[in-house]
Order: sequence, then structure tokens, then C-alpha cells
Amino acid sequence: MEIKNKPTRDGYGEALLILGETNKNVVVLDADVAKSTRADWFSDKYPERFIDMGIAEQDMLGTAAGLSIAGKIPFVSTYGVFLAGRAWDQIRTTICYSNLNVKLGGAHGGISVGPDGATHQGLEEVAIMRVLPNMTVVVPCDAIETKKATLAAAAMYGPCYLRFGREAVPIVTEENTPFEIGKGYVLKDGKDVSIIANGSMVFEALRASEELQKEGIEARVINLHTVKPIDENILIKAAYDTGAIVTAEEHQITGGMGSAVAEIVSRNQPVPIEMIGIFDTFGESGTPDELMTKYGLTYLDIIKAAKRVIERK
Amino acid sequence: MNSELLKQLKCKTINIRRDIITMLEESKSGHPGGSLSATEILTYLYFKEMNIDPKDPQKRDRDRFVLSKGHGAPVLYAALANRGYFDKSELMKLRKIDSMLQGHPDMKGTPGVDMSTGSLGQGLSAANGMALAGRLDNLDYRVFVLIGDGELQEGQIWEAAMTAAHYKLDHVTAFLDHNHLQIDGLNEEVKGVEPVDKKWEAFGWNVIKINGHSLEEIESAVEAAKLVKGKPTMIIAETVKGKGVSYMENQAGWHGVTPNAEQAKLAMCELEVEA
Ligand SMILES: Cc1ncc(C[n+]2csc(CCOP(=O)(O)OP(=O)(O)O)c2C)c(N)n1
Ligand SMILES: [Mg+2]
Repeated sequence: MEIKNKPTRDGYGEALLILGETNKNVVVLDADVAKSTRADWFSDKYPERFIDMGIAEQDMLGTAAGLSIAGKIPFVSTYGVFLAGRAWDQIRTTICYSNLNVKLGGAHGGISVGPDGATHQGLEEVAIMRVLPNMTVVVPCDAIETKKATLAAAAMYGPCYLRFGREAVPIVTEENTPFEIGKGYVLKDGKDVSIIANGSMVFEALRASEELQKEGIEARVINLHTVKPIDENILIKAAYDTGAIVTAEEHQITGGMGSAVAEIVSRNQPVPIEMIGIFDTFGESGTPDELMTKYGLTYLDIIKAAKRVIERK
Repeated sequence: MNSELLKQLKCKTINIRRDIITMLEESKSGHPGGSLSATEILTYLYFKEMNIDPKDPQKRDRDRFVLSKGHGAPVLYAALANRGYFDKSELMKLRKIDSMLQGHPDMKGTPGVDMSTGSLGQGLSAANGMALAGRLDNLDYRVFVLIGDGELQEGQIWEAAMTAAHYKLDHVTAFLDHNHLQIDGLNEEVKGVEPVDKKWEAFGWNVIKINGHSLEEIESAVEAAKLVKGKPTMIIAETVKGKGVSYMENQAGWHGVTPNAEQAKLAMCELEVEA
């Protein structure tokens, strides 16, 4: 199989161009990083509907709230650390409390941001966004899925956080792969263990399942792109059918997608779970590949976790 | 400043600029423009002004420096290495895995770094805190902080401006690296920050405007700030982003892009001539 790589943020840029054409109410705000988030593609084509807020994330979220109250659909983007982190209270109290229709494009999620180091590697956004009432949280796995997620975010009402990465990652879905916010899907079926992944870890999960297959272990791979609202059915079924779960995400273990999965599984169909992610530490500078290896975020780590969790059945 | 010292400091600025180019060529990632624009300011502080001891980086009564615009890390690292805080070979490990020189300053990992930064807009508040602590402890140290002009768009800067004025933090001296550029282009096109002098005056600060590439003007401004009682000082340093490397000067495109081997060679030639 030939693998094509593309950064997920490109999918955001492409979707904004479509929305610019199809929905006159869509406006885009960015905080001096439009080239990085791909919001500049929109600003080049629709300059009158692009608002550069400068380096003022908190002000940007408040402005977006006002725009949405007046009927616009603001897409607000910057690096995830500064979007979800710097402006958390604005998102919580000004946007989520009133269930305003603001869409958040969080770029540079994950440790694969690389050489910029800990200050720029978003490793907490999923936790601090999913804890907010009314918020939807989506972590697409490739550029195609990011495009679909961005379009779907525009089509739904309410605040929605989209998380994308900096690096080019393999395309694992196709244009006609179904996508619905709130619905995970099985990429590959199996009976021995379920690997539940999102974002850049979906490709690693698929790769792990191929290796496990060679050893006679049948792993089900689930793409759980939406962390909130979470797809309870697919999780409970996975726990019931396979009796063991590995979660994999480029995010802190604490509060992330793995935690969200555990919250559902432990209450409904308890089975052993192993989690792949960042274990309560900040990142550091390095190349994306070096960091993914050092912090235990590769298919090899997933394979080990799968074997461990099967032992615990 | 006597001419001998001036010559020495000028020589340091060239060495530091050369180190910035070399380390960024090697790391292939990082920020040249805003490092080169602040070279004279850091050179003056680290080689003439600050009461510091590279052998004792945590000395309690030391003067402190906060690089609020943390992406300027290369100029800080080059200044610290040239000042003897760590071996210059470390510079070649900038942004590499397991290196002490992180993409943005890390006070836990790098000797001489007084404050971890990288998320813009937060450094002045920390500088105020250090100055308040110095007052409580009866220590006479001064706190210097470098802020970017795009960074002025962060609201926290203005919260901190009020804090420093309200608490009469005359031991805080801020520099504005006024190179007129940020990532998306000119400050005035992205979101205007002018008139910066009148804004800081209105916020209760002593304001001094200088050419940020003149070591003599930096010296007189820093000395003048020490004489002002009951007010923090903002030194608005008019600078050129990418200063010293012709093709980088005043180019927003060189904010966060590093020179390739050929470009680095050209830069080193230009920095040779000046010496
Ligand atoms: C809170 C925050 N938002 C955005 C960024 C990304 N960023 C890094 S540098 C920069 C532009 C800084 O411009 P300026 O302050 O003028 O610095 P200089 O021109 O001196 O490099 C931006 C937006 C950041 N580091 N922190
Ligand atoms: Mg600037």
C-alpha cells in the first residue's frame, strides 16, 4: 500500500475555503499564526471575512463570542496551547455557558510539534476542553478527516474544538469513509483486544494491529475521532467482544481520550485497559520521530500494551 | 562609555550574531529575526550592566533578566555561552533532543536563564514579582525584561504595566524590541500598537526612546532609569528585525525560518566585514 502524508491542518485550510464559498456567515479569526494554522488560505481568498486579532488570544475568543451572538459562525484558530489554554475562561464562561456557536481550530496539538519544545506542544487541550459542558471535541486522524470534521463542525450548532497537528501524517481514510461527529468507527475488526486511537495514533494503531496479526493476535482498531460526545455503544461493544482495551493518543493520559474511554467502560462493561499517551510530564525539543519514540507513542508501544492487557484478561 | 569598552562590546555583538547564525543553521529551526534585533540590548546587559556571576547563576542578589519574547532564545543562549555560563559547544545542540537548550528558555535546564518563557505576554508580570520580592527581602537587584512589539497585543502586558506603576517598581526596567514586525507582517497591519510611547506614559511609566542598536544610547537609558525613583522605566528601542544580515533585515519572512548553508555563509561574510 502506498502511503501519502499530509498535515491535518491542511484539511482545516481546505474546509475553510469550501465554507467561505458555501456559507457567507462563516468568518475566520486568527492570532498572528495564520500561516501555521492554514487560516491564511481563507484570508487570501476572503480578506473581508478574515479578522487578524494579533497576539491576543483571550480577546479573540471574546470577539468570536460577540460575532456568534450576532449570527456569524466564527472559526477561531491558533496553536492549541494558546487557544484552549490561554483563553480557557473565555471559552468556558463566555462561550460554553451560553452555548455559543463558536468553532475552535487548535493547531500544533501533540508532542510531534517537535523542536519548538514544551511551551508549544499542546498535550492538555482534550482534557481541558472535554470537561466543559456544551463543548464538542474532535481529534481527526488525517487531512481528509480533518476536512470532514471542519465541515461537520460548521453544520452543527454549538461550541466545537477541533485538534490538529503540525507534521505531515499518513492518510488513512478516504473521501467516502463515513464521518459523523460523535460516532467512532471500526477500521479493522478483531476479537482479542481493541485498540482505540485518535489523531496521529490511528496510523500507529493500524500498524500495530498488522504486526500483532503476524503473531496470531486479532486486534480490533477503532478510530475514536470524537472524544465528546463520546460513542458509548462502540466502546461497550468493544469491551464486551474483545475483553481488553488499549487506548492511544498524543496527549496526557490524565483527562484525555483514554480517560474518557475508561469513564464509560468502567461503568458499563469493565475490562482491563492499558493507555498509551504522555505520562504526566511536559515535552521537550527534538525531532517529531525522536520524541514519539522517547515518549512511547509508536506502534511498538501499542504492541507491548496490547500484549500486557491481554495477559490481564 | 570609553572607546575601548565600546570596541569590546561591539566585538561581542558580532560574535553573538555569528553564534546565532551558526546555531540556527545547525538546528534548522528557530527564530533569527527577533534574536538579531535584540543583540545589542542583551550584549550590553550581560557584558556591562548586570550584577551576575556565571560561576554562581543562582546568586541571591543578582540582577535578573526575563526574555518575555521567549522565541528570542538564540540571542539569550549566545549571550550566556559567551559570558561563560556554559560551554559554547552546547549551542550546536539547540533544539535537539536531550539538549539543555530548549526551543524556548527553560529556567530548570539552562544555567543563567532566570525565567521560562515562550507563551507571549507573561514575562513582565514575572519581572514585577521578582522586583516585589527584592523589595521585601531588602535586596537591591534590578530586573530587566525584553518585550516584543507584537507581544504588546497581549492584554496581560497592560495588566502588568498597571501593576508595576501601582507598586512603584523602579527596579523594573523593560525594553521594547520595537522592530515593527511580527509573524503575519507589520504590527500596524496586523493590529496597531502605536503610539507606544504615549501608551506607556499614560500607564504611569518613565519612557525613554533610543536607537536599540546603539550601545551608548542603551547605556545612557539604563543609567537614566536607575535615577528615576517610584516609577518603572520602559526603554523603547527602535530596532531592525534581522539586524546585521542584509537579506534578513526588515523581512517578516525571516521571523521563524533558518538559513541554509549558503545563506549562513553569506551572513557570516557580512558579519566579518563589520568586525
Ligand atoms: C501566547 C502566544 N501566542 C502566539 C505565539 C506565537 N508567536 C511566536 S513569536 C510571535 C510573534 C512575535 O512578534 P514580536 O513580539 O513582535 O516579536 P519579534 O518581532 O521581536 O520577534 C508569535 C505570534 C506565542 N509564542 N505565544
Ligand atoms: Mg516585533
